[in-house]
Amino acid sequence: MPETTIPSFWPALPELLLALGAMALLMLGAFRKSDAGRGMFGLSIGLLIFVGVFLLFGTGKEVTFGGAFAVDPFIRFMKLLSIIGAVGALVMSVQFFKNENFEGFEYPILIVLAILGMLMMISANGLIALYLGLELQSLSLYVIAAIRRDKERSVEAGLKYFILGALSSGLLLYGSSLIYGFTGSTLFVDIAAVVGKEGSSLGLLFGLAFLLAGISFKISAVPFHMWTPDVYEGAPTPVTAFFAAAPKIAAMALLIRILYTAFPAISQDWQQVLVFISIASMVLGAFAAIGQRNIKRLMAYSSIGHMGFALVGLAAANEQGVRGVIVYLLIYLVMTLGTFAFILSMRRDGAMVENIDDLAGLSKTRPMQALALSLLMFSLAGIPPMAGFIAKFYVFLAAVKAGLFLLAVIGVLASVVGAFYYLRIVKIIYFDKPAEDFEPMPRELATIFGAAGLFVLVFFVYPAPVLKAAQNAAAALF
Amino acid sequence: MIAGAFFYLFATILVISALVVIVSRNPVHSVLFLILCFFNAAALFVMMGAELLGMLLLIVYVGAVAVLFLFVVMMLDIDVAGLRRGIKQYMIVGGAVGVVVLLELFIVLGGWVISPEAAGNARAPAPADVSNTVALGRILYTQYVYFFQAAGMILLVAMVGAIVLTLQHRKDVKRQNIPDQIARRRDQAAELKDVKPGQGI
Repeated sequence: MPETTIPSFWPALPELLLALGAMALLMLGAFRKSDAGRGMFGLSIGLLIFVGVFLLFGTGKEVTFGGAFAVDPFIRFMKLLSIIGAVGALVMSVQFFKNENFEGFEYPILIVLAILGMLMMISANGLIALYLGLELQSLSLYVIAAIRRDKERSVEAGLKYFILGALSSGLLLYGSSLIYGFTGSTLFVDIAAVVGKEGSSLGLLFGLAFLLAGISFKISAVPFHMWTPDVYEGAPTPVTAFFAAAPKIAAMALLIRILYTAFPAISQDWQQVLVFISIASMVLGAFAAIGQRNIKRLMAYSSIGHMGFALVGLAAANEQGVRGVIVYLLIYLVMTLGTFAFILSMRRDGAMVENIDDLAGLSKTRPMQALALSLLMFSLAGIPPMAGFIAKFYVFLAAVKAGLFLLAVIGVLASVVGAFYYLRIVKIIYFDKPAEDFEPMPRELATIFGAAGLFVLVFFVYPAPVLKAAQNAAAALF
Repeated sequence: MIAGAFFYLFATILVISALVVIVSRNPVHSVLFLILCFFNAAALFVMMGAELLGMLLLIVYVGAVAVLFLFVVMMLDIDVAGLRRGIKQYMIVGGAVGVVVLLELFIVLGGWVISPEAAGNARAPAPADVSNTVALGRILYTQYVYFFQAAGMILLVAMVGAIVLTLQHRKDVKRQNIPDQIARRRDQAAELKDVKPGQGI
C-alpha cells in the first residue's frame, strides 16, 4: 500500500515560488494591453533575485516527494549559480530588445520557466524528476532561441536546437529505461544501493552510456556539440548569453548529481567515458575556434572547450575534483557574462556587429573597455594570475591527484592552443589599425562588464570565500 | 455469460469500424468511424474494470483528438484517391509484415503466463476496497503530486511557446469591438447636412 499522505512541499518552496510567479506574470502580460514588455523584465528579475536570496538562507539536507526531490548545500549552490546567470542575461536583454523594437512580454517569463526547469533538474533525485525538469528547461529554451520569429537565423537556431534536443531527450529516456530495467528503481538512492551490491552489468552500462550522451548534449560536450555554434550564432545575442551561462551550469550539476549519488560504486566505468568526452571537448574547442571570425561562434567553441576543462575535474571522481568543477563553473559564469555584456555593446550605426575584426584598435577609441576585455580574454585563456587560471589549476590538480596524468597533460596542451585565439583578440584590440568607434555602452552592460573584468583580475588575491563555499557544496555529495 | 456477449459485441464493432476507417473513401467517414472505435474501446476498458482509462479515452481522444482530426480533414484538401493509388503493391508487403507480427504474437502470448508474484512488485498495487479512479487519484495527488504538477508546467510552456511562435497581431485586420459599437451615439456617427438645391455636398 503506497503512502497517501500529502508530502511536504517546503523543500520545493523556491520552485513553487517561481512557478506561481511565472503564472502570475503570464496573466499580467496577457491582460495588460500595451507596454507590458518593459515592466515584465523588472518583475522577472525581481522574482529571480527573491528566489535566489531565499536559496541563500537555506540550510541542511532534505528529501521529499517520495524521495524524488532533494535539497542539499551542493544543490542550493548550483541553483544560485543558474539564477545568477539568468539574472545577468535578463539585465543584458533589456536594452537589446528595446533597440530591436521587440515587444514580446513572454521572453522574460520563458526565461523564468527555463530557470524553474533547471532548479527542478538540479534537485532531481530520481530519473522521472530528472527528465521532467530537463524537458521543462529544454522546451523553454527552444522557444527562447526562436523568439525572433521574424528573423530567419533565429528560427533556424530554434528548429535545429529543437530537433537535436528531441533526439538527445530520446537517448536520455532510453538510457533511463535501461537503468530502471536493470536496477528496478527510478530513485537515485535505490539505484545506488543496487549498483553498490551487484556491481555493473552490461545493460546498466549501456543505460549509463545513453544517459551520459543525453546530458553531454545539454552541456554541448564533444561529440554531441554540433548544434552549439549554429544556435549560438543564430539566436539573439542576449539569448546566446543565457544559453552559455545558466543551462550549462544546471546540466553540469545534474551530471555531477547523477554520477555521485546514483553511480558512485562504478566510478571506474564512467570515468573512462568522461575522460574521452573531456579530451575531445578540450581539443575540439581549442582547434575549431581558430578559424572563427564571428565572435558568437568563437564563444560557442570556447564554451565547448570550457566544458571539457570542467569535465576534467569530474573525471577525477573525488571530492577535490567536484570542488574544482564548482569553482570552474562559477568563474566560467562570470567570464561568460562579462564577455557577452561586451558583445552586446558592439553596435555601430544602430546595428549589431559580430566580427572580431570590428574590434580593431579598440584600445585607441575606448581604452578602458579594451583593458577589461583583454583581462577577460586572458582569463578565458587561463593565463596567471587571472581567475581562469585558478579555475583550471584546481581541476588539473584534482586530475593529477587521481592519477589521470594523460588527461591533465592533454588539457594543458589544449589550453595552450586555445590561448592562441583569445590572444589574437587582444592583438586585434591593441595592435591593429583603429576601426570606427562603437556606440556608447549602456550603463547596465558597463556594470556587468566592469564587474566581471575586476572579478577575474582580483580573484587570486582573496579566493578563500569562494573556495570555502565550493568545498561545503562538494562535501554534501560525499 | 452476459459479460462475454457484451465483450464480443464491442470487440466485433471495434474491429469492423477500425477496418472501415482505413478502407472508407470519404475521409470524414473515416474520422467518424474512428470515433466509433474509441467508444467501443472505452466500453472494453470499462468492462475490464479500468473505468478511468475508458473515460480518459472518451474525453481525450473523442473530445479533443478526433475533433482535431475532423478539423484537419475539413480544412486541408487531402487527395485521398491519390494516397490510395499504390495500395495494391503495398498490400503484399504490408500483409506479409502483418502476418509476421501476428505469428510473433502467437509465439509470445502462447508461452506467456503472468507470474503470481508480478502483481506484488508493483510500486502501488491496486487496493481492493476502492475503484481504480479513486486509487489512482489518491497516489497521483499525494505520492506523485510533484511529477503531476511538473508535467502540467511542461504543458503550460508548450502552450505559451506555441502562442509566442505563431500568434500574429495583424494591424490591417479590422476586428469587431462590441463595447465600442454599443457606446457609439448617434451624434458621433451621423451628421446632418443642409444641402442646398442644385449644389450637392
